[in-house]
Amino acid sequence: MSLFDFFFPKKTSSASIAKERLQIVLAHERVGRSGPDFLPLLQKELLAVVAKYIAVKDDMIHVTLGKAGTASVLEINIEMPAEPRASKMKAATA
Amino acid sequence: MVHKGKKEKILSKVIVVTSGKGGVGKTTTSAAFAAGLALRGHKTVVIDFDVGLRNLDLVMGCERRVVFDFINVINGDANLSQALIRDKRIENLYIFPTSQTRDKDALKREGVEKVMDQLRKDFEFIICDSPAGIEHGAMTALYHADSAIIVTNPEVSSVRDSDRIIGILAAKSRRAEKREKPVEEHLLLTRYSPERVRRGEMLSVDDVKDILSVPLLGIIPESETVLKASNTGVPVILDPQSPAGRAYDDAVARFLGEQREMRFMLPERKRLFGGLFGRAAS
Repeated sequence: MSLFDFFFPKKTSSASIAKERLQIVLAHERVGRSGPDFLPLLQKELLAVVAKYIAVKDDMIHVTLGKAGTASVLEINIEMPAEPRASKMKAATA
Repeated sequence: MVHKGKKEKILSKVIVVTSGKGGVGKTTTSAAFAAGLALRGHKTVVIDFDVGLRNLDLVMGCERRVVFDFINVINGDANLSQALIRDKRIENLYIFPTSQTRDKDALKREGVEKVMDQLRKDFEFIICDSPAGIEHGAMTALYHADSAIIVTNPEVSSVRDSDRIIGILAAKSRRAEKREKPVEEHLLLTRYSPERVRRGEMLSVDDVKDILSVPLLGIIPESETVLKASNTGVPVILDPQSPAGRAYDDAVARFLGEQREMRFMLPERKRLFGGLFGRAAS
């Protein structure tokens, strides 16, 4: 107990630690479960289509379902691979 | 519903008592609520969904009167009227015990649905006492719900599990599947100790409300009388000496739309005449 008191001086009660820990863990868990079941599959299929034209890796596509006001927003982020030649040219002109 | 024939058709409500976590007071709550609703003149049945671990019969004090059970009715081995046990103390109250079978899938979906339809014709309130966990029994218990009483202890694992159950109610209930009005949710905080909250050792009512954001139906104080009630097979709401019993009575009244101030939020000894009225809350 004394060591505990040393690290968490006075006002931090165990109840407030409990509340904080719960808020953090539940924020994570709610994100995971609020999405409809099709999101992982959608991500996989999109990746397959995009990969036909651009060299993308698994972790370069992110599909999330969010909210903006009253509307639901399906957000698809595709990270493009860096093109070495283009970036070099940019560097040259700069 | 439509009014038809000579007997006025009942508008029935299915209430699931659920929590995710075990040991938080689901069966105690089911028994108290069923008794409280029946005492107010509403024809009520309380069903044990904990197949394999039957206990509602003991808490209700009718364990020696069980002849047929839920699974017998589902399998057509008995009819509903043979399985329902009529409470000897309270008019309008019936207990529907479950089976001790170890067959996990005994609660067949169509069978349960048929039984619920039958019960809806006869009862105003159908209380489903859910098993702990999120397995088949718990899912079946919440599937038909119109209202849910989420029993939560002011303790991290219970709050987390309640949050999970709230998510499941919103996604997997019949109302969610049919895109009807969502299941009405009520938070019931049990085993609450105002003194420990004051000392900062226990999550407060407001903490739990903040985290779960479900309207509060009641606070049941930690009370020795709850054990006494289950020891003797008498729903705790029937004990006028019990603070928990009085708190359940408040919760039932609120459920039926009455306005009642929240009690048992502050340590009792701070109240005037604490020695005379207060000590039962400990």
